[in-house]
Amino acid sequence: MRFGYYPGCSLHATAREFSESLLTLVKALDVQLDEVEDWACCGASSAHATNHLLGVALPARTLAIAEGQGLDNIVAPCAACYGRLAGAAHEIEGDAALKGQVAEILKRPLGTPPEIINVVGFLQSLLPEIQPRVVKPLDGLKVACYYGCLLLRPHKVTRFDDREQPESMEQVCAAVGATPVAWNKRIECCGAGFSLSRTGSVIRMGREILDDARAAGAEAVVVGCPMCHSNLDMRQPAMNRGQAGAGALPVLYITELVGLAMGLDPKAMGLQRHYVSTQPLLDRLSTAVAVAEGEVS
Amino acid sequence: MARIGVFVCHCGENIARTVDCAAVAGSVADHPSVVCSVDYKYMCSDPGQNLVKDAITEHGLDGVVVAACSPHMHLKTFRRAASNAGLNAYLVEMANIREQCAWIHPRTPETTVKATDLVRAMVEKVKQNVPLEPIRIPVTPTALVIGGGIAGIQAALDIAEAGRDVIIVEKEPSLGGHMSQLSETFPTLDCSQCILTPRMVDAYQHPRIKLYTYSEVEKLEGYIGNFEVTIRKKGRSVDIDTCTGCGACMEVCPSKKALDEFDMGLRTRTAVYTPFPQAVPNKPVIDREHCLHYKAEARAIARGKPVKAVCQKCAKACAADAISFDGGDELIKEKVGAVVVATGFQLYSVAKDQPEPYLEGYGEYGYGADPDIVDGLQFERLASASGPTGGKILCPSNGQAPKTIVFIQCTGSRDPAKGIEYCSGVCCMYTAKHAMLYQHSVHGGRAVVFYMDIRATGKGYDAFTRRAAEESGAEYVRGRVSAIYRADGKLVVKGVDTLGGEPMTVQADMVVLATAIRPQPGIKELAQKLSISYDQHGFLNEAHPKLRPVETNTAGIFLAGCSQAPRDIPDSVAMASATAAKVLALFSRSEMEREPQVAKVDQATCSGCFHCERACAYGAVEHLEVKDRRGNVLRVVAQINPGVCQGCGTCAANCPSKSIELDGFTDAQVFASIQALSL
Amino acid sequence: MFEPRIVAFVCNWCTYTGADLAGTSRLPMATNVRIVRLPCTGRIDPLFIVKAFERGADGVIVSGCHPGDCHYSEGNYHARRRFRLFKELMDFTGIDSDRVTFSWVSASQGQKWADVVNGTTERIRALGPFEGYPGSEEVA
Repeated sequence: MRFGYYPGCSLHATAREFSESLLTLVKALDVQLDEVEDWACCGASSAHATNHLLGVALPARTLAIAEGQGLDNIVAPCAACYGRLAGAAHEIEGDAALKGQVAEILKRPLGTPPEIINVVGFLQSLLPEIQPRVVKPLDGLKVACYYGCLLLRPHKVTRFDDREQPESMEQVCAAVGATPVAWNKRIECCGAGFSLSRTGSVIRMGREILDDARAAGAEAVVVGCPMCHSNLDMRQPAMNRGQAGAGALPVLYITELVGLAMGLDPKAMGLQRHYVSTQPLLDRLSTAVAVAEGEVS
Repeated sequence: MARIGVFVCHCGENIARTVDCAAVAGSVADHPSVVCSVDYKYMCSDPGQNLVKDAITEHGLDGVVVAACSPHMHLKTFRRAASNAGLNAYLVEMANIREQCAWIHPRTPETTVKATDLVRAMVEKVKQNVPLEPIRIPVTPTALVIGGGIAGIQAALDIAEAGRDVIIVEKEPSLGGHMSQLSETFPTLDCSQCILTPRMVDAYQHPRIKLYTYSEVEKLEGYIGNFEVTIRKKGRSVDIDTCTGCGACMEVCPSKKALDEFDMGLRTRTAVYTPFPQAVPNKPVIDREHCLHYKAEARAIARGKPVKAVCQKCAKACAADAISFDGGDELIKEKVGAVVVATGFQLYSVAKDQPEPYLEGYGEYGYGADPDIVDGLQFERLASASGPTGGKILCPSNGQAPKTIVFIQCTGSRDPAKGIEYCSGVCCMYTAKHAMLYQHSVHGGRAVVFYMDIRATGKGYDAFTRRAAEESGAEYVRGRVSAIYRADGKLVVKGVDTLGGEPMTVQADMVVLATAIRPQPGIKELAQKLSISYDQHGFLNEAHPKLRPVETNTAGIFLAGCSQAPRDIPDSVAMASATAAKVLALFSRSEMEREPQVAKVDQATCSGCFHCERACAYGAVEHLEVKDRRGNVLRVVAQINPGVCQGCGTCAANCPSKSIELDGFTDAQVFASIQALSL
Repeated sequence: MFEPRIVAFVCNWCTYTGADLAGTSRLPMATNVRIVRLPCTGRIDPLFIVKAFERGADGVIVSGCHPGDCHYSEGNYHARRRFRLFKELMDFTGIDSDRVTFSWVSASQGQKWADVVNGTTERIRALGPFEGYPGSEEVA
């Protein structure tokens, strides 16, 4: 199976574990990812906040190159890249004049853009390959699936899942043996880029999210976005500080969770890079395996 | 040689602002067939009409063209005026230079050219007109009222009291509609059933009213004054004439899981049931989807196995022997002269599954899945003494009295994102009512109302809503609610106070959603059966939004109540009486005059192929035998019944030998108008 | 600039009323269309369209009630069938069938009527003037 692939900037840097876990996973599934040649930044928030045309043309360049490469689809694991690529595709398909203008700027032809797939949709489509390869039961690990904003919205662009009561992440986690918990802050914003400019707000918002996950009995939070991961993982010590009973809640990328269930090497997936240590979780899962295999009682 | 009179109307400034009326009149005056061409400020006024009449006499006109507004507005006016002056009414035509010219174009020469063109087209058409006489047809002075809610009951009683017969067809087992589910009505806080049940009984007992409950309209054929309706009387399995209403059947029925529709799913009921204790008729019906016997019967039939009697405890318990499992639906035909559509409304649901593709539910509110999130009708049942909680307002989840209730107005209504752009009209009032009922029932209870605006336009309505805020102590917060979820045993309601400028979170025990009013399910299918039109939501279209609100564009079919648009009880009652007046006017003469726009067959050229018969939706084509002097049949040709023909002209267009002409729109008339256009 | 001449054959109950509504709503429209009112699209004989082109029309619009909503129950179905065949006949005789537009406009769709009028005017303008039936110059 082959898919087009757009890592984007964050997977090469701050979200390195997202990239490592994804690449380890696809290798184990025998899935080939064809990276878009000479890809550039999707523009993230900066481009569309500066100039609308720039915000469309920049990701459109990636779409044009991918189309030229013969790719039918592009998996964009970073939720923001996903949103920008899908958003650009949606805008140029709906506005012939804009499409012409962008093609002129890019000096590249724009035909039909490839289908843009987010990481959750990607895993959903691979469940038939993943499920037979689950070797390490997650022992019903209670996970809080956190969607954040960009996987689901704006809905007329993403057309993915239900934007108020989504179920896709829960479906994937349950399929690999985890127990998704029902909780309330699944689609509440994590504060996104305000992590740098209004850190206090991000601390407050993240604390409410984590408290709700804990109240629902979660042992880990599962995310599909590097920004959400960064805010809930890197900023978590500040969130938990001074809060009695606020135990650390490891934040896993969904690719890491699926990889763990498939028995893939945690180090190869980058689990040692998290700010909130994943070791207690890994220990708990090893014990579970050992119990299941009759080694320890 | 034709002698046509042309009259160009200024319509005040409406036409004259963009069309040079004098120039149009002047230009047409040169036409060889036009002997008189004038322009005037208000053609439809008395002096305007007199212009036409005087011209007919003075110039010996044999045709009149009035260039003014749409023929839908005033063609009848000018035809009557001409008729009064001795000219056949059907030698009058109108050129639409207002709605279809002056109002849509700017003041440029092209606009005047277009107006002149349209007038010339009508001049050429009217030269081909022939005098026609109205067709007289008998009227069956019986009314069919579809829907037995307050609007249907009111219309039926008004018509019956005037001495005419009425048939009411109601799809539920009882009369009453949604008004019977209400606890109290605004602004008087009258007990709803107390004011409704006497009317229901009146309708049931009235000698001129025939009631078909648990029945629906299967088909409507015919035309104004002469309809034939086929009514499907659904199988009750209970003979309402023999049944004494003792209720023994309901006591022994083992199937108790069906959701009670009258109590909006807040409790369950047995398969054999009466919808509510004051039902009219107060006789039960067996719900075949939940009855053990009928379910077994359906399974057996599906598997091709023999049907065996199962349970039937109700029949055994029935002392009057009124229950029978042998009957099915019955189709009954009735002749009526007019139809009143009073089908009422249903509430919009916030659920994920929606009945129409353009509607969306409220995922933000968890799609309403939490049992303590209820809608307006469910709250009415909680507040109602005959409801599932005996009139105590209790949370469905735990039976406890809620200490805090959040009421959310405009749920669905005025929300294009959910598919409903209109205002439902009654929710501001009933939410104020609910807040007050709650605070009277639960002392110290906190009522928070999230609103966008307060629409309280009726008599005493503003004082009513103010009472809720100022006397009863309900907290009115201007803002919408963005999310509701369950946490720590409470419903967390996240809203905003836009006047205070702050987000606002309320920990509630219950949330009442004032959901939008929509037309009844199946309304589009019913409208198509009746050949009446409806808008994108299913609300039935009135003939004219300002001046003909209770009629439809289909002659003989009238509207009452929420079937046309959301409205409250006083307005529904007023509208129903207005509808009754229209029906009674129709019935006031034994014969009515029909427009003579009917098709005629030239029997000399007709070959008897009967393509026309296949094309006619009304069955107006009859077979006529053409015989020689000895009585031998030479051939069979088509003949059109002028009483049945509705004047669509499909037969005329279909006829391969061009033997059919439609009076009023003959080929000659149409070709003449095309030829007159400057193309 | 070439101003197309367009004749519209519309049904009295839906499209004519919708056009009136467009007028009441003062929706601006191109002046190129002349409406001929008929009781139903079922009444429309293809010869009307032929005559309109013969007299010099550059385009024709036929518009009636939405399927299922015909005031006379079925007239618009007959019209729909008739015009599918008629369009094929037009193509066969070498007349661009794009010059005939078929639309469903209900009595409450004033804006849709305005869009049909304006859109058709522009489309016919782009197609250019109708040069007459092929071969008709020789007959004249």
